[in-house]
Order: sequence, then structure tokens, then C-alpha cells
Amino acid sequence: MARITFTGHLRRHLDCPDMDAPGATVGEVLTAVFTANPQIRSYVLDDQGRVRKHVNLFVNGAPVTDRDFLSDPVAEGDEIYVLQALSGG
Amino acid sequence: MPQIHVASRKGLFTLDPEDDEGRITSHVFTGDPVTAVLHDPRDGSLYAALNLGHFGVKLHRSDDGGANWQEIAAPAHEEEKDKPPPDPMSGDWPPKKEGPSVEMIWTLVPGGTDQPGTIWAGTIPGGLFVSRDKGESWALNESLWNQPSRPHWFGGGYDSAGIHSVLVDPRNSARIVIGVSCAGAWISEDGGASWESGTGMRNAYMPPDKAYEPVAQDPHRLAQCLDAPEIVWCQHHNGIFRSTDGARTFTEIEAEAPSLFGFAVAAHPHDPETAWFIPAVKDEFRYAVDARMAAMRTSDGGQSFEVFTQGLPQQNCFDLVYRQALDVDGAGERLVMGSTTGNLWLGEAGGTSWRQVQAYLPPIYQVAFAPED
Repeated sequence: MARITFTGHLRRHLDCPDMDAPGATVGEVLTAVFTANPQIRSYVLDDQGRVRKHVNLFVNGAPVTDRDFLSDPVAEGDEIYVLQALSGG
Repeated sequence: MPQIHVASRKGLFTLDPEDDEGRITSHVFTGDPVTAVLHDPRDGSLYAALNLGHFGVKLHRSDDGGANWQEIAAPAHEEEKDKPPPDPMSGDWPPKKEGPSVEMIWTLVPGGTDQPGTIWAGTIPGGLFVSRDKGESWALNESLWNQPSRPHWFGGGYDSAGIHSVLVDPRNSARIVIGVSCAGAWISEDGGASWESGTGMRNAYMPPDKAYEPVAQDPHRLAQCLDAPEIVWCQHHNGIFRSTDGARTFTEIEAEAPSLFGFAVAAHPHDPETAWFIPAVKDEFRYAVDARMAAMRTSDGGQSFEVFTQGLPQQNCFDLVYRQALDVDGAGERLVMGSTTGNLWLGEAGGTSWRQVQAYLPPIYQVAFAPED
């Protein structure tokens, strides 16, 4: 299981508490998360399943390198953070 | 008088125009960009398209006049899954997917009165989507998406081409006209199964031999006369055009005007000779001509324009009215327009006299009269 935490800014739109999810890659963990809470998917990924341009994923503090296929490895007990770069105007 | 919906950079406002103070009766999605609003005259449903930036395009619907909203499915492209899994040892790391993703819902339009629940969505990048179930699910119009000319479509102000106008013929719901910046006007006679380009528009900034190329055109907005939908008006980047055959061919309007550049157009719902435009300084400057706000109207099919300034600021005005930010009521008597500077004006007596309803709204993307009872 990996621990996944969502930015508080996402919680303005969705109910997305921290959760534990299985998977050996970022994509597998996210798939498990989306199975439990399908509405989150389109907020984090675009139509093609890529990480949205202004969303960042970190595994144990390191940004994921494969933002399109989500193949970065995840180990038992890893912490995944879903964050975003704030902008506006 | 029906209420007015204002889709803005900072949420969706609804106002009561009868109120002298322009009282805002509702403000929802506060702080979020609302790129399109639809108040469906067939069943009263309200739709609001959001562009959350970080978190993408979202669509919400209210079935109780705006008191409560629920997120529904947003138009989306199918995920392309034909690529092999990535190999971290290859030289192409990180791997890239090329498929499209909806970046903005630019317009939401109801289908015909004989198509309850049908909604059309024009999007960036250049996809036309249709829902048959009030936005619970969406399908991409494949015929348009797969046009052989699509590689030649290009963005006009955005990175990719976008569909900002969808006109459904009130007499025949299968007849649909769309406007694309930049890929011209397209007509379907069979509900979207097949498409043909409109001709006759001219783009002066293209090379001379490409000036009349149908897919090189940048119509900023199309509008049809509801009682005579063969009349289609076009505010184009390069000028104003009019079609009398349902957008199959356009004729350039060359009447004297403060400017033939602008973004918005409203067609009179009953009089095919009448339409309104909001002139602006071209090309990249985009503000009121001579910093004086004006609306202009033709009542003779584009032979001439009247210019109306009463009630509009006549100095230091750098407002621009976007494509969907001008609307006319069902009688063709009252107009509303909103600007990039957050001004909202109501035009009375066919747009001959205006009054400011709001002055400090966020940048306005769309205004729309609510359906009349």
C-alpha cells in the first residue's frame, strides 16, 4: 500500500481524503484511487491519462518523471502527494 | 424582463435587469472561470462550463433554476491506448502521449425542440461534442474531427483551433452550422454525419492565393436569424460577412463603419436585415475605437450601419466585448453586452440607448438572457 495525499485546493472541489491504495507504479496506485473515487480522475489527469499540466505528483518527495504513462515505481509504504502550482489572475 | 446570466473570469452571475442598481441575484462558482453558460429554453436546465486551469474543464448542471448544482460529465476525448508501454532504458525518456484533451468548453447550445436533452458543445481544441442526455454523457463528432483539412486548422488567440459558434436550424434540427477559429464555417445537413465548408469569407492576412481558402478563415462569431435561419451573420477577424443561404456562401459587408473588426455579433431574431456588432480596434490592440464605446446596427442587410453611443462611455474606454458577450432578447428590442473590463450594459429600443448595469464585474466571457416565460 502507498499513502496518497491530495492538495487542499482539490478538496475545495471534491471529497478526497488521504487514502491508502495498492500498486507497483504511480499509474496502478492512481487507478486504485480512481476506482474508489472516480470523480478525482479528471481533476488529476487529462483526457489521455497524462498528469494535468499544472498538477504535480511526488513520490517520497521526488517529482514523478513519467507524467504521461505514470510508470514511476512505487514501493510499500511510499507517500504520494498530488499538488498543483497555483496561478491565477 | 428575463434575468441575465453573466459567465465571467470569477464565476457565474445572474442579475435582475429591472433593478435600477443591477442587483446580482446569484453568484455561483465564485472565483472560478466560467467559460460558457446555457439556460435551456426547452426544460429550464442551467449549464455552466468551468475551466479550472489546474484541474481541467468541468461541467455543472442545475435542475432547479440555479439553486443547486451538480457536476456532470464534461466532454472529453477518448484515451488513445495504442502505444507500447514505456521503456525507461530507451533514449526517449520520459515518454510522451500525443492525443488530444479538451482544454476549454467555448460554447453550449441546445439541440432542436424535437431533441429534448440534446446539447452541443464547441470546444478547444476544435472538437464538437454532443450529449443526448442533458450532459450525463458526451460523444465526439468524429466526422468533423476527422476532416482531412484538420491539420490545416489553427488557433486564433489560443494554441489550438476552437469551435465558438453552433447554430441549430430552428426549422430542421439536423441542419447545423458551426464557426471555428480558425477553420471557417462548416455546415451539416444530416445532424453532424457529414460536413462541408462555407465559402466566400476573406482573410487579408493570409498569402493572396490563400485569402479565400475556406479553412483559413477566422470567423470570430456566427449568428443566425431565428425566423430566417438561412441568414447567417459573421463577425470575422477580417471584417463582417453575411450569408443568405445558410452559411454556404458569404458576402463581405463593406459599408462605412467605425471599424469592421470586432468579436461579437447578435442577429435580430425576426428581421433578417438587422444585426448588431461592437466595433473594436484591430488587429492585436482590441479596445473600443478611439477609446469610445459604441454599438452598431445594420437594418438593411449590411448596406449601412447606424452607430449608437448614448449611455456608453465616450472617453478612456478600453473595453472589449468578447464573442459570446453580446445577446439580444426574443423580441429583438433589448440587448445586453459585457466587457473584458467588467462593464455590463443594457441596450434598450433596439440597442439605440444603453445604460450601465454593472461596472466592477470580472472579465466577462458570455452574457445570456434567460428564456422568457
